[in-house]
Amino acid sequence: MKTQSSFIDQQETLGTYADKPISFNEHQVLHELKHFLPAQAPLKDFIHHNTLHAFQNLKFETATHHASKIFGYKTSLSLEEFRKLYATKKIRKDILEKIITERKCKESIAEWIEKLTTKSYDTINQPRIGLLRYNWKKAYHIDLDLTIQPILFRILCSYLDQGISMWNFPIEYKGFLSSIKELERNSFTSFFKTERVKNLLLHGDCEISSLLKIIVGDESLYKQYLFDQQFAHQGWAGMVSTVEDQPQTLLNTKKISLHDIIVFELLLEIDTLDHKFGAIWAPLSTRIEKQPVDIFADVAKTELSEVMAIWQNAYEWTYYNEVLASIKLASNDTKNKKASASFQAMFCIDDRECSIRRYLEEIDPTCETFGTPGFFGVEFFYQPENGKFYTKLCPAPITPKYLIKELGHKEKRKTDVHFTKHTHSLLRGWLISQTLGFWSAFRLLLTIFRPKESPTMVSSFQHMDPASTLTIENKNTSDIENDLQIGFTIEEMANRVEGLLKGIGLVKDFTPIVYLVGHGASSVNNTYYAGYDCGACSGRPGSVNSRVMSFMANHAEVRKTLSTRGLVIPTETQFVGGLHDTTRDEIAFYDENILSEKNKEHHRKNQTTFAKGLDFNAKERSRRFESINTKLSPKKIHDKIKTRSVSLFEPRPEYNHATNTLCIIGRRSVTKSLFLDRRAFMNSYDYTIDPEGKLLFGIMKPIGPVCGGINLEYFFSRVDNQKLGAGTKLPHNVMGLFGVANGTDGDLRPGLPSQMIEVHDPIRLLVIVEHFPEVVLQTIQKLPEMYEWFVNDWVHLVAMNPKTKVFYLIKDGTFSVYEPLTEHINKLNNTMQLVETSQENLPVYEIN
Amino acid sequence: MSSLLHLFVLIPLAGFIISLFIPKKQESLISWTVFGIVGLHFIGSVGFFILWMLCGHPTLNLKDIALYSTDNYEFLVDFYFDKITAVYLFVGAFLTFLVTVYSRRYLHREPGYKRFFNTILLFYFGYNITIFSGNFETLFIGWEILGICSFLLIAFYRDRYLPVKNAYKVFSVYRIGDVGLILAMWASHHLWHENITFLKLSNAELVHEHLSSHSLIGVFISLMILIAAAAKSAQLPFSSWLPRAMEGPTPSSAIFYGSLSVHIGVFLLLRTFPFWENQISVRILIVILGLLTSVVATLTARVQSTIKSQIAYSSVAQIGLIFIEVAIGFEKFALFHFAGNAFLRTYQLLVSPSSVSYLIREQFYNFVPRKQTIENSLPRKIQNSIYMLSVKEWNLDSFMNRVLWTPLNRAGKKLDFLTIKRLLLFFIPTYMIGLFVLYRHLPMPAEVHEYLPTIFSLIGLITVLKAFSERKNVVMSWIMIIMNHFWMALAISFNEDFTYNQVYLYLSGVVVAGIVGYLCVRRLKRLEGSIDLNQFYGHSYEHPKIAFVFLLSCLGLTGFPITPTFIGEDVIFTHIHEDQAVLALFTSLSFIVDGIALVRIYARVFLGPHVKTYHETAYRSS
Repeated sequence: MKTQSSFIDQQETLGTYADKPISFNEHQVLHELKHFLPAQAPLKDFIHHNTLHAFQNLKFETATHHASKIFGYKTSLSLEEFRKLYATKKIRKDILEKIITERKCKESIAEWIEKLTTKSYDTINQPRIGLLRYNWKKAYHIDLDLTIQPILFRILCSYLDQGISMWNFPIEYKGFLSSIKELERNSFTSFFKTERVKNLLLHGDCEISSLLKIIVGDESLYKQYLFDQQFAHQGWAGMVSTVEDQPQTLLNTKKISLHDIIVFELLLEIDTLDHKFGAIWAPLSTRIEKQPVDIFADVAKTELSEVMAIWQNAYEWTYYNEVLASIKLASNDTKNKKASASFQAMFCIDDRECSIRRYLEEIDPTCETFGTPGFFGVEFFYQPENGKFYTKLCPAPITPKYLIKELGHKEKRKTDVHFTKHTHSLLRGWLISQTLGFWSAFRLLLTIFRPKESPTMVSSFQHMDPASTLTIENKNTSDIENDLQIGFTIEEMANRVEGLLKGIGLVKDFTPIVYLVGHGASSVNNTYYAGYDCGACSGRPGSVNSRVMSFMANHAEVRKTLSTRGLVIPTETQFVGGLHDTTRDEIAFYDENILSEKNKEHHRKNQTTFAKGLDFNAKERSRRFESINTKLSPKKIHDKIKTRSVSLFEPRPEYNHATNTLCIIGRRSVTKSLFLDRRAFMNSYDYTIDPEGKLLFGIMKPIGPVCGGINLEYFFSRVDNQKLGAGTKLPHNVMGLFGVANGTDGDLRPGLPSQMIEVHDPIRLLVIVEHFPEVVLQTIQKLPEMYEWFVNDWVHLVAMNPKTKVFYLIKDGTFSVYEPLTEHINKLNNTMQLVETSQENLPVYEIN
Repeated sequence: MSSLLHLFVLIPLAGFIISLFIPKKQESLISWTVFGIVGLHFIGSVGFFILWMLCGHPTLNLKDIALYSTDNYEFLVDFYFDKITAVYLFVGAFLTFLVTVYSRRYLHREPGYKRFFNTILLFYFGYNITIFSGNFETLFIGWEILGICSFLLIAFYRDRYLPVKNAYKVFSVYRIGDVGLILAMWASHHLWHENITFLKLSNAELVHEHLSSHSLIGVFISLMILIAAAAKSAQLPFSSWLPRAMEGPTPSSAIFYGSLSVHIGVFLLLRTFPFWENQISVRILIVILGLLTSVVATLTARVQSTIKSQIAYSSVAQIGLIFIEVAIGFEKFALFHFAGNAFLRTYQLLVSPSSVSYLIREQFYNFVPRKQTIENSLPRKIQNSIYMLSVKEWNLDSFMNRVLWTPLNRAGKKLDFLTIKRLLLFFIPTYMIGLFVLYRHLPMPAEVHEYLPTIFSLIGLITVLKAFSERKNVVMSWIMIIMNHFWMALAISFNEDFTYNQVYLYLSGVVVAGIVGYLCVRRLKRLEGSIDLNQFYGHSYEHPKIAFVFLLSCLGLTGFPITPTFIGEDVIFTHIHEDQAVLALFTSLSFIVDGIALVRIYARVFLGPHVKTYHETAYRSS
C-alpha cells in the first residue's frame, strides 16, 4: 500500500531544466527565457497553442504542479470547485473510486475519499518567481517596477506600433537598442534621469553581464534575476520574444530582440537607483539576508498535488466514460444509403461544425458529411487584389511555396471616418468634432437600437470577392513571384486532391455535387477576431481554400491524372466550394455558374437543406446566449443571431471553441447517431483504405498542436484567467494593434479573455481513433514531438477496434482495454426540444 | 416651470437608491431599472427642453431648501436653468441613456454588474446636481459626488493593482481641484457677504460694482475657479491623469473620460464667465493655458501607440480649444464644440476594440513603409527631442509626482519621530488645555490669541500629514485624521466667536463616521489578523460588506455630502477672515491631505490584489 511517505520516492527531478549555473551563460539563459515566456503572436495572427508549452516535456500532472509552484499559475480548478462538482454528481463516485484504485489501491479508497472531500488544505500558493527581486522593496525600499515599467512599455509600444500613432518612432530600421542610442545621442532630452547610464549606453559596455554586475553583483544570481525581471511583465517580454523569432507576424516588420529590451530595462534600473541613491549603492546580492530558492530547483510532490490530480482525472473520466459508453451502445446500423446519396459535404474538423453536419443529415438523411482540416489540403499564400502583403492560408507550421492571387475584385472596401487620424489632429479635430461629432451621436443611436453591418466589423465573407478570379492553375513553372510559384501545376493539383479524398475515405460513390465548406467568423469590437476563424488556415476564413480545392477537383486534366492512379471521379460529379460563417450561420457558395443544368437543379434543392440546417444550428447555439430566448422558432432566432454578430455591445458574438473536449478520428458511423453537444473535433478517416496507418500519420500529426493546443489554451485560460488568460476583455485597450492591455500602462495580456472561456469545462482532449490499437500506437510513435503529446498525457488517447468496438486506452506506450462503467444510453427524439431545456453542457444522447 | 427642475435631480437619486436594494444576481432587474430611470430622465429632458423653448427659453432659478441657516450664513440648495444647462442636460441625458443601454449587454456576467450601475446612477445624480446648480454650494455637492464616482469607476476592477493605483492618483488630482473650488467659495463669501447665486453673478453691474473695490480678491477667486476647472478637464499641468483613468470597462471610460466628466471643467468656466468677464488678465491666462494644453496634448496624442490614450489626449487638446473659446466669449460656439467633442470621443472609445481589425485591414491595403509626417521637416535633433518629450508626456506625470507626492511623502517622513505614544502624550493635553481655555473664556493676551488659530490649524495639518505618511498602524492613521478635524474646529473656534452649534454640526459627522470606521478596522483585524498600510491587502474580496461600510465612513469623515460635516466644513471656512491667507492655506491643505489619506487607507486595506492567493489573482503589472 502506498502511503504518504512514498511521495518522496515519486519525486521527479527536474533534470530537464538546466542545472543551477555558477557562471552566467547569456546565450543559454536568453534561450531558456524565451522558452518559458508566453508565445502568443500579435493579434492578427492569433493562433491557439498550449499555454504551458514550455513544460510539455514533462507529464501533464508534474508539469502543472511545477508551473504552479514556480510561476504561481493556478493550473486546475480549485479544491472547492472540485468538491462542489462531486457533491452535484458532476464527478461520479464509481469513477473516482476506480481512479483511486488505479493510482493507490483498493483498500485506501475510503482514506483518499476523505482527503479529497473533507480534509482541509492550505491552498495558498507562494510562487518562486519574483522572490529575488522582491529584495529591492524589502532592503532598498524602492519600487523599481513602478517607476520603470510605464516608460518601458510606452517606448516598446511606440517602437512596435503598427499604425495607431501618427508620428512613428523616428529611427527603427537599426534595431531597438541602436535606435534608442541614436535618439539619446542626438537630442536635447533623455529617457534617463542620470548621466552615468546615458554614458554607459553611448560609450560604455552594455553587455548584459556587465550591467548585471552593477545591479546584482553575484554572478550565480544573474539568471534568476533576469527571470524575475522579465516575468514581472511577461506579456511584453513574450511579445518581443515572439516578434524576434517571427518578424513576419507584424506587417510593418520591426527589428527587436529580447536581448535589447533586457539591456534597456537594466539601464533604466541603474538609472532609477542612481537617481534615488546617487552613484554609490551596493548591488542587490550584498543586501540579501537569505538566498532565495532557485526557481528551477526540484519541486516536491505534495499530498495536495496528488489530491488535485485525482480530482482532475475523475472529473475528466466521468465525462469520457459517458462518451465512450454511448459510442459503444449506440445502434449505428448505417443502412446502405450511399447508392442514392443526395450530396456529400466536407466541413472543417472544427468542433463548431459538429452540429451543422448533424442537422444536414437529419433534414436530408441521404446526404453524407465529412470532416477534414479546413484548408482542404492546399497550402499557399494568398494575395487579395490591391493587397500589399501575402496571407498564409494553411496551418501555421507549414511554409507554402505557392502563391494565389485574386484578380478582378469588385467589392469596394468601405471606410469609417471615426478611425481616421485626422480626428486626433488639433485643427482638423476641431472641425471634425463639430461636424462629425454630431454624426457620431446619430451613429451611436443607430448602432445601439438597430445594429447592422458596417465597415467597423470583421466579416468572413470579405476575405475574398466571390466574383473575382483566382490564379490557381500554373501553366508555366517559371511564373514565380518572391520565390513563390504562382498557382499549382496539374501534377501538384492531382496530388492534393488525391490526398484530401483518400484522407477522408471518399474514394467511390461520389454524389453529383460534393461541397467543400470552409469556415470563418464575423464579429465587431472583437480584438480576438483572428482566433474565431479557421485555425487550419492560420486564423483566416477558409473560403479561398475551398474554392481552390474545388477548382482542382473539377479540373479535367487533374481527374485524368487521378484516374490513372485508380481514383475515378465521375464526370457528372462537380465540386462546389463554400464558406460557413459560424457566427452568423450563413453559407456562401462559390462558382455556382460552372454547375451543369442538372446539378444546378440538385444544388437548388440542397440549398434549402442547408438553409434549414443553418436555422436549426442557430437555435442550438442560442441556448448558450442569455440575450436570446431559445424557445422561439429557429428562423426568428437565426435573425437574432445575425444581429448579435454586428452588435457593438456584444462581447460574445459566439463561443468559438469553448467546451471542446473530444477529437474523433474515424468514419461518420462512429458518431452519426450521437448528440455530442458541439464538443468534438471530427476528422473523417476510413481505416479500411489505410490498414497500415500511413494516412493516419498525416492526420494524427497536427492533432496535438492544433486540437490539443486549442483545448489546452481554453483549459489554462479557464483555470487561471488572470495569469494564464487575459482577464475580462471589457477594460482592454488596444496596444499598437498587436496586443491588448488593461488601461494605458499595463502589461500585455496574452491568453483568452473571460468572455471566451466562461462556459468551458477544463477537461483535456480525448482523442478517439477508429483503428486497431497497435496501429495507432505505432503511428504516434513515429515522430517524437507528436508522441510527446500523448505519452505525457497532454491529450488522452483511445483506440477503438473497428470490428469489435472494444476501446483501448493508450497510455505510457502500452494499451489496455477500457470497459465503460455505464450500461445505458440516453435516448433523444427531438434535438430542438432538448436545446430549449438548458444553458449548461448537455449529456451525450442517441438520436432516434 | 421652475419647480420641474427638482425632478431632474430627484429621478436619478431615486433610481440610485432603488438600485442599491436590488439583489446582485438579478442582472435584468438591475438593468431594466437603470434603463427605466435614465430613459425617463432622457424623455423628460427632451420634453422639458421643448417646453422651455416654447416659453421663450427663460433663465430659471429655483431657491430650494436651506439645509442650514444662521444669521449671517445660509447653506442654500439652489437650482438654475439656462442654455448652458440645457446643452449639458441634453448631451448628458443622451449619452448616459445610450451608454446604459450599451452596458446592459456589454457587462453581462461581469462580477460587479450591480456596482457598475449603482455607480453610474450616482454619477448621473452628481452630474445633474452640478449642471442644475444655482450657486457654488450646490455645485460643490455635485462636484464631490462626481469625484468619488470617478474613483469608484476607475477602481472598478478593484482586485488589480493598476486600476486602484490610478484611481487613487486621479482622486488626488481632483482633490486639488476641490480645494480650488472651496477657496473660491471662501473668498466669494467674503466678497459678497452671502452665498451668491449664479443668477446674481450674471448681473454685470452688480459684479462690476463689487469687483471694482476688491480687484485682488476677484482675481484670486477666478484663479481658484481656473484651477478647479483645469484639474477636472485635464488641462495643463494636470493632463496626464486622463489616459490613466481609462481603467474601467470601456463604456464607463467612454462616458466619463471621453465625454461628460471631463467637460465639467468647461461647464464651470461657462457658468462663472460673467464673474471674470471683465478681468482681462484672467481671460488672457485662460487662453494661454488652453493654447498650451492644445499644443502639448496634440503632440502627445500624435505619438500615442495605444488607442485609448490617443483618444484621451486628442480630447484634452480639443478641450483646450474650448477653454479658449470660452475665454474669448464665444459661449455658443464652446457649447457646440463641447457637444460635438463629447459625442465623437464617446463613439470612438466605444468602437476602439474594432480598431485592430480595421486599421490592420487599412495597413494591408495601403501600407507605406515610412510615412513622412510634418515633423520630418524639423532638424533631426529637435525632431528627436520633441518625439522623446511627447513619449514621456512632457514629464507631466512626473511633474505631478514632484509637486504632489514627493513633498507630501517628504513632509510625512520628517514626522516619523512622532510615535503614537508621543503624539497622544503631547496632543491630547494640549488639546484639553485649548478646550478648557475656550469654554471658560479665559482671558489671554490679544497677540497670543491672534496666533492661536494658525498654530492649531498647523497642528491639525501635521496630524493629517502623519496620517498620510503612516505605513504601519491603520488605527493610528485613522485617529490622526479624526484628530485633524478636532484641531481645525478648535482653531476656528478661537478665530471667531460663534455658536458652538456650528462646531457640533461640523464634528457630529466626524464623530459618527470616525467611530463606525474604527469599528470596521477593528472587526477586520479580528478576522484577518494584522494589517498595515505598507501594501495593498484587497480585503474587499472576502469582506465586501465591511469594505462598503468603511467606504461610507471614509466619505463621512472626508466631508462628503452624506453627513452634516459637509455643511460644517463650509461654515467653518466662512469664519476664516479674508486677510487670513495662512489659516486658509493650512485649512485647505488639511482638507486636501485629509481626503487623500482617507482614500489611501481604504485603497490599501480593501482594494488591490488580494493577499490571500488561494484564488486567481492578477499580476501586479496587468
